[in-house]
Amino acid sequence: MNAITREADMDATHIGEHSTHHEEHPTGIKRWLFTTNHKDIGTLYLWFSFIMFLTGGAMAMVIRAELFQPGLQLVEPNFFNQMTTVHGLIMVFGAVMPAFTGLANWLIPMMIGAPDMALPRMNNWSFWILPFAFAILISSLFMEGGGPNFGWTFYAPLSTAYSPDSTALFVFSVHIMGISSIMGAINVIVTIVNMRAPGMSWMKLPLFVWTWLITAFLLIAVMPVLAGTVTMVLTDKFFGTSFFDAAGGGDPVMFQHIFWFFGHPEVYIMILPSFGIISAIVPAFSRKKLFGYSSMVYATASIAILSFLVWAHHMFTTGMPVFAELFFMYCTMLIAVPTGVKVFNWVATLWRGSLTFETPMLFALAFIILFTIGGFSGLMLAITPVDFQYHDTYFVVAHFHYVLVSGAIFSIMAAAYYWLPKWTGHMYSEKLGKLHFWCSVISVNVLFFPMHFLGLAGMPRRIPDYSIQFADVNQIVSIGGFAFGLSQLIFLVVVIKCIRGGEPAPNKPWDGAEGLEWTLPSPAPYHSFSTPPEVK
Amino acid sequence: MTSKHEHYYVPAQSAWPIIGAFGLFLIAYGAGSYVQQLQTEQTSGGYILTAGIAVILYMVFGWFRTVIGESMSGLYSKQMDRSFRQGMSWFIFSEVMFFAAFFGALLYARTIAVPWLGGASNNAMTHEVLWPNFQAVWPLVTTPDGTKTEAMGWTGLPLYNTIILLTSSVTLHFAHVSLEKSKRTALTLWLGITILLGLAFLFLQAKEYAHAYQEMGLTLSSGVYGNTFFLLTGFHGMHVTLGTIFLFVLFLRVLKGHFTPDKHFAFQAGSWYWHFVDVVWLCLFVFVYVL
Repeated sequence: MNAITREADMDATHIGEHSTHHEEHPTGIKRWLFTTNHKDIGTLYLWFSFIMFLTGGAMAMVIRAELFQPGLQLVEPNFFNQMTTVHGLIMVFGAVMPAFTGLANWLIPMMIGAPDMALPRMNNWSFWILPFAFAILISSLFMEGGGPNFGWTFYAPLSTAYSPDSTALFVFSVHIMGISSIMGAINVIVTIVNMRAPGMSWMKLPLFVWTWLITAFLLIAVMPVLAGTVTMVLTDKFFGTSFFDAAGGGDPVMFQHIFWFFGHPEVYIMILPSFGIISAIVPAFSRKKLFGYSSMVYATASIAILSFLVWAHHMFTTGMPVFAELFFMYCTMLIAVPTGVKVFNWVATLWRGSLTFETPMLFALAFIILFTIGGFSGLMLAITPVDFQYHDTYFVVAHFHYVLVSGAIFSIMAAAYYWLPKWTGHMYSEKLGKLHFWCSVISVNVLFFPMHFLGLAGMPRRIPDYSIQFADVNQIVSIGGFAFGLSQLIFLVVVIKCIRGGEPAPNKPWDGAEGLEWTLPSPAPYHSFSTPPEVK
Repeated sequence: MTSKHEHYYVPAQSAWPIIGAFGLFLIAYGAGSYVQQLQTEQTSGGYILTAGIAVILYMVFGWFRTVIGESMSGLYSKQMDRSFRQGMSWFIFSEVMFFAAFFGALLYARTIAVPWLGGASNNAMTHEVLWPNFQAVWPLVTTPDGTKTEAMGWTGLPLYNTIILLTSSVTLHFAHVSLEKSKRTALTLWLGITILLGLAFLFLQAKEYAHAYQEMGLTLSSGVYGNTFFLLTGFHGMHVTLGTIFLFVLFLRVLKGHFTPDKHFAFQAGSWYWHFVDVVWLCLFVFVYVL
């Protein structure tokens, strides 16, 4: 590693040195702890995300078991509140976001023709701080006074005047999650801007790369605001400040403004990479080019920009001036335009395609339909006067679970099935994959669709007990919930079977698939491209 | 296997990130416990926090030594240099957004929360029912619940500090120009002056804090004026401290003969960071002190 200082003999010596370096394939625990390899780190992210998905899912099962019938039977109300809170935090910060970061790590270098991420050591750090953050968060559940019980949105004064002492640990664990996301996002942006293969111009980038580039920008812009919010909660609770206390000149509504300035772009952080995934899978199984590539790019960018102008639609009932309510209502509705462009383009891609329905395609199609349902209920919620009726009811719960579970999670499942052959070198079991899909898609609708009716009928969210007339529908919802939870174990079986063996996968297992990742062998080599490929 | 493109550099495995992850865990867990134990006899949190800081310092030292070693032995391509530069710029952007949260809180409190408590917009009843004697003025020297304090003026120490920090940005720029022209003595001198100005700023800010706490009754808990004042200037002060340490490390490296006119990412990063801290101060001076 010392003879390579001069530029002149760069080409000859350097490549020699490094191809030996690339052969080095560390094993054992050190491989995972010290890794600088984008695929190893991607794998770590994905497994971590799946473990968190099951953990947060188990908490959802507690919630649904308690809500199976009216009255209080299984858990204390305070514990119920902790379950709703930590379920939300784990699913948002532990399951969905790390899954997308894992996919970004695995795929972006392969898609743009790079050897690895631009900043590989920071990449390792941004992963390994995550398990520690969640260890702190989850351990706070077992402490005196209990864990966070104020909802994942931690509204003041629930999180300040009325919160358990363990809020301090909640605050610092959120800080670590934020640091992790920011570093991950910086790495993604720098990789995309700086490591593209020659000829990979902006408008040739795969849409997954484009959507992640924009997501990463959103992350860097809003995660620090979340850090500021939790810091103010910390000082309000422990150091006598009154940011969110009117007695000291502050305002609890200010909390909501600052939180949702982070929170609304955050929900697009959890859906934009999905758009990229669907835009890869739908053309592959339609055997057609994606319809309207450039409009997809512009639509993604528009959604990202608009996401900074809609935060107060979460706060219509706080007594804002009417002008503000109108402004945020119209801006929110405007988002339906670029989102509509996307749905239109996917459907236009399907139009007259030679469709086949392998598992990734099934999940992608379910995504298009179910995400659109979630989008429509979002439009209903955007209408200010109507939101006064829906606010804080199960209608809202139904809305965001449609976009997050049958939206974001389904797209992650689709991505996993689509790229598993590339990752493992084996084909997954199509039979089990389809079983997983049909179990999931049926149960997810049994789980979330009736929630719309509960909400319209006035059942409030985050309450462990309910009025007797909601009993029947809640039972159906709970049965759907247990079924959906169990269905995800099929996915675990599929993935483990696929890793352990199966029919060997060719370089390009899907006829219509496009992109540099399919030019690599399956499984992909440890370092993707040691010299950049030419992109025509 | 020759290629017309520059070869990629992929660093080998490294233990530093996982050490850093463990250090960050100790800091978060320790700080969380420390804060919970503030009103109690227990002290375990403080020890864990200290241990965490020690581990992080060890990590930063070791990680940077590795990176500097690799950089000095010429392992880094131009592409790596660009990656580092872009990474640093985005990091600074994230810092801007962190401060934006607190500036946002300040502007919201001033222009919305406090006037509304005083009955502005359609909040006449809020004012009448909650605190009818409350006067909505800024700086908020009397809070609705009656906590009294004094407002910090902008003349005197804050003005001196503004001049000091602005000057330091100029001297750092001179240092940078000297580096690019290979004038090593001037570089050392200007960089040294910048560090001294940074220290002077921190010293005066400590004096200002002491004055506020002891003579003016302006504390972190004196209502939303004190809250925004101390968190904004406090986080800024933390950044100046980090920036000064950063510049000091650069100073030691300059003395060892590091950096060339066309390869000095670390110097560039340090100077960007310093200019960023300077701009934040200007906003602070205008919005926290003057207006």
